[in-house]
Amino acid sequence: MTEKTKTSTGITRRSLLKTGAAAAGVAAGSGAITGFPTIWAQTPITLRQFGTGVSNINAIAEKCKADLGITLEMTATDSDAAAQRAVTQPDSYDIADIEYWILKKVFPTGVIQPMDTKKLKYYDKVVPLFKTGKLTPDSVIAQGTAPHTVGYVESIDAKEFASGETEWFTMMPTIYNADTLGIRPDLVGREITTWADIMDPAFKGKTSILNIPSIGIMDAAMIMEAMGNIKYADKGNMTKEEIDATIDFLIKAKQDGQFRAFWKSFDESVNLMASGEVVIQSMWSPAVAAVRSKGIACKYQPLKEGYRSWGGGLGLASHLSGAQLDAAYEYINWYTSGWVGGYLNRQGYYSACMDTAKDYMSADEWGYWIEGKPAQGDILSPEGKVMEKAGAVRDGGSFEERMGHVACWNSVMDEDRYMVRRWNEFIAS
Amino acid sequence: MSGSRTNDTGRQFHLPAWLPAYLQAAPLTIILGGFLLLPLLMIAIVSFWDYDFARMYPDFVTFNYSETLGSWITWKTYLNTLKFAAIVWAITLFIGFWVAYFLAFHVRSTAMQMVLFLVCTVPFLTSNIIRMISWIPVLGRNGLINTALVNTGITTEPVEWLLYSDFAVVLAMVHLYTLFMVVPIFNTLMRIDKTLVEAAHDAGATTWQVLTNVIVPLAKPGMAIGTIFVVTLVMADFSTVQVMSGGQSASVALMMKNQMSLLQYPAAAANAMVLLVLVLLLVAAILRVVDIRKEL
Repeated sequence: MTEKTKTSTGITRRSLLKTGAAAAGVAAGSGAITGFPTIWAQTPITLRQFGTGVSNINAIAEKCKADLGITLEMTATDSDAAAQRAVTQPDSYDIADIEYWILKKVFPTGVIQPMDTKKLKYYDKVVPLFKTGKLTPDSVIAQGTAPHTVGYVESIDAKEFASGETEWFTMMPTIYNADTLGIRPDLVGREITTWADIMDPAFKGKTSILNIPSIGIMDAAMIMEAMGNIKYADKGNMTKEEIDATIDFLIKAKQDGQFRAFWKSFDESVNLMASGEVVIQSMWSPAVAAVRSKGIACKYQPLKEGYRSWGGGLGLASHLSGAQLDAAYEYINWYTSGWVGGYLNRQGYYSACMDTAKDYMSADEWGYWIEGKPAQGDILSPEGKVMEKAGAVRDGGSFEERMGHVACWNSVMDEDRYMVRRWNEFIAS
Repeated sequence: MSGSRTNDTGRQFHLPAWLPAYLQAAPLTIILGGFLLLPLLMIAIVSFWDYDFARMYPDFVTFNYSETLGSWITWKTYLNTLKFAAIVWAITLFIGFWVAYFLAFHVRSTAMQMVLFLVCTVPFLTSNIIRMISWIPVLGRNGLINTALVNTGITTEPVEWLLYSDFAVVLAMVHLYTLFMVVPIFNTLMRIDKTLVEAAHDAGATTWQVLTNVIVPLAKPGMAIGTIFVVTLVMADFSTVQVMSGGQSASVALMMKNQMSLLQYPAAAANAMVLLVLVLLLVAAILRVVDIRKEL
């Protein structure tokens, strides 16, 4: 658990900060952070972080308290509520832990301040995916709200995203992954190679997709394109006609009985798969791990069209200044210094500063999670539970193989409201 | 309450004639006003506001209503919800009446009646959600029923429509709501004067005639109250529909919940107003057909 701050009212806390933190603030010196940990323990610095929950992990708050003396207060919400809170209650948080497509909605309202890359100690170690959109120099830039397209602004008070790398970073990337379809290899009875396989009549009544419009529409787009029904100009920003075509296709598939159910929450997807109601469906990687931990075969199947990817990062609230802003920078530098990265990598996600995370993982863990090599010994989760036995190989292989084959990123479309309305029609049809 | 008499003279104070009555009515007025009328008023106001992904803007726009009423999906969803309401109503009324009839006329001792009546309420000792979800391992593809059917050779393939279907939704709703029918009907049946039944028999009526001419007409107020319970519960249900249909079927409340989870509060508010009007009309129609005050 995170340690509770002694004071709960903002006024008291602020006044404490003003007086008490001044010394520490001077010591740290804005722009001149030379190393950490600067122990903030003598002054009760608290950072309030809210976000979508994937990386709201208590272990991180505990470690942060131990290393930096900064108390982290974490609040988890779902992504729609996170977008709303970011805009409507900008004073209620110091750090926004949000996905890039949420940032695209939120940043233009002025509630997030850009970061000075010179103050980000590990900026140079951030994987190029977040700077140029290319993991390797010859990768193809994926469609959708790719992080690098909303990653930079021209100046500290700019509201428009810059077209290329600048010294003002909107968010420090922290966590990301490549999503694909989960399958029950024992029940599908054949090779699964493409997103189109979910529409195979052989799996009629045994498939599921997720009922979260902004993500579900992307899975649907991958399926549509794989079947050769349509070629999107940008599946992350569909036109009304493209939305109509996609939804009409889904409605028809639903009425033909292709789907068994639609899931909304993580545990629903686990139960559908574990009970055998569904043999192929949209899935998130921890859900695959959860099915497997029940002793049931489940595979996160790589597909030839590539992955649907998502990514999140930490953004600074506009109201941060002085000692608190310094503390926030120090927190972010700590976050990217390796311990957290190793933790996230061992959960099956990816950290943005791979080089720093490597120092916090064993050679076997690094080999299994990042290089796609067979595990030498048992692979443990960060909590110490056995996730994979020796000899196992990660589905999809290495980091480069997985993140190098991203076809699209989770997105927010210009026709967002229209899409949501049509999506509701699909669910109700 | 005392002090309502105003012609007592010589006291130190003197309550005006109207005051005690108002005071007596005040607690209920405050509760209903504060917790029912005020929120309803707010919903009504918000339903005319404009919104984007994050905020609501005080305004007077009607597109929340025109979008709601102008979409075929709303009509289809309302029809679907009414369909569930009608089916569940018919089944719960049938089952509820016969359970109540058995309790009231076939169980001799009052003690036994009460014991059996309490047995009816036993399922209510667990939560709604648990009662609903516990159907899933029973009805699923690899669930109890399908395993039994396949193992005994009655069917070769598991029966698919048992779970994640309209059937599953209706089954779960009947399971959840039948008691709301049993209780009021049992209550009215217990008040029927047994001599009326004897008189009917003496006048030459068959058991069937007694049932249709004496008991059912006298049970109508109970049926009406049960109907109001069941219909309003089904119309407002979203969790049963979502869980038992696997998200494949729509209900009005589920549509509202989806809108709220996407922060489209004004649209959800407009939907809520439409549903409120519809349910009030349904209740008014029931009250016109049956005089439930006989019950009270």
